[in-house]
Amino acid sequence: MLTLQGLRQRSNLLQAIRSFFLERDYIEVDTPLRLPVLIPESNLVPFASEDCFLHTSPELCMKRLLARGCSRIFQICHCFRKEEHGRLHQSEFTLLEWYHQGWDYCALMQQCEELIYRLVRNFSDLPGGSKGEHLCWRESRVAMEPPWERLTVAEAFRRYADRDVDKVLSTGDFDAVLVTEIEPHLGQDRPVFLYDYPIELGSLARRSQKDPTVAERFELYIAGVEIANGFSELVDPQEQQHRFLMELEKLRLAGKEPALPEKFLAELNLVGETAGIALGVDRLCMLLFGSPDIAAATAFIFEEL
Amino acid sequence: MFTASDLRKGLKIQIDGEPYIVTEFDFSKPGKGQALYRTKMRNMITGIQFTQTYRSNDKFDRPNLEERNMQFLYAQDDEYHFMDTVSFEQIFLTKEQLGDNLSFLVDNMEVQVLFFGDRPIDVTLPTFVNLEVTVADPWAKGDTSGSDTKPVTVQTGFQLQVPPFVEKGDKIQIDTRTGSYITRVKE
Repeated sequence: MLTLQGLRQRSNLLQAIRSFFLERDYIEVDTPLRLPVLIPESNLVPFASEDCFLHTSPELCMKRLLARGCSRIFQICHCFRKEEHGRLHQSEFTLLEWYHQGWDYCALMQQCEELIYRLVRNFSDLPGGSKGEHLCWRESRVAMEPPWERLTVAEAFRRYADRDVDKVLSTGDFDAVLVTEIEPHLGQDRPVFLYDYPIELGSLARRSQKDPTVAERFELYIAGVEIANGFSELVDPQEQQHRFLMELEKLRLAGKEPALPEKFLAELNLVGETAGIALGVDRLCMLLFGSPDIAAATAFIFEEL
Repeated sequence: MFTASDLRKGLKIQIDGEPYIVTEFDFSKPGKGQALYRTKMRNMITGIQFTQTYRSNDKFDRPNLEERNMQFLYAQDDEYHFMDTVSFEQIFLTKEQLGDNLSFLVDNMEVQVLFFGDRPIDVTLPTFVNLEVTVADPWAKGDTSGSDTKPVTVQTGFQLQVPPFVEKGDKIQIDTRTGSYITRVKE
């Protein structure tokens, strides 16, 4: 729970984020939270809301706005994911999501760097910052000046776990190895973009032209904490439908009855080359405020209601 | 049955027929990945700790645990005998099972014994117990050495720091969770 001072800081941070995007000619959008059909994602559990669902991210509606002709959009909204509670998770949380047409994931990494570096410098008087060049959180002291490290997923598995990522993937241990052996090392000296995920783990990301076994997806880590997830968007309706069907199959095996987002698929060919990213606002506040967990960086958590 | 999403600090679960208590817990979920429930657990019988990561579809049995009010009767060799204050049934726990509790256990003390099925596995003492001081240096009135405490030994052999005015033969109240002195007791 935030103090009065913390609420003021969070408000200032949200305004600074808005200014960053408005200066760059983005449109702020606010799309519906309650949707009749969601993007099928086998690892996310949505909350039902009568005959609809609360969205787990604003991705579906924002891409439909791109199809309608928007070229740069951002949104700050609440998202809902059932059964997620922990130091870095709450079932309801705040996400910043933005899209830039004509870009790929490399350009977006650079803009993400710019945004966070500016916020850290602007808020250098906060407990988590230190003279604007370092971010201090728990035992970590992270040098924030760009450029930040870029590390492929395959190289991270070799370097920190001494494992071959394809073998780990085939035994179903990718997430466990990532969380226990790799994440604690990521972004400790300076932030790191982990990029080029195995194609199976980027259902909405474009296949890399250089290496067809990977998707052009990245995750930003600061002080071992995952902050943002972005990709070169997959905008080929046939391939997207094929990937959705694989997710649907996993969901059916888990006893669920998901539907395909038909309208989304029908409009996807109008989107054009685009890069998009989602950033956890509560986690960013946590790092900047020096809070021990995201509960301490938000106005309320569920247990307080 | 519990599922992995029920896991939290303090939860007691059964694994391979033995009771465990979760001592540390952390939820992780890499972006778009599986939920992982990282736990540290202690075997409630052996005390052995281990860490384990579980996934959403893992399930656990609920251990059959029950606490019963019992009275300490006597010790023979390494066996400490207790009697159920309702059914008068008698059981014993070993010296090893009692561990640090032995510092405060005296005849006739009423305690809570934890059973796993029909097997006694642990004891919870009253939070405060009154014990007699058996060894203490005499209090030198007018001592100006400035020392705020002195060491004494109580009837169980346990040693602790107490204020200088406590003397041999006094009864003192001790907090069994911390082993610290609370007050002198008049009886």
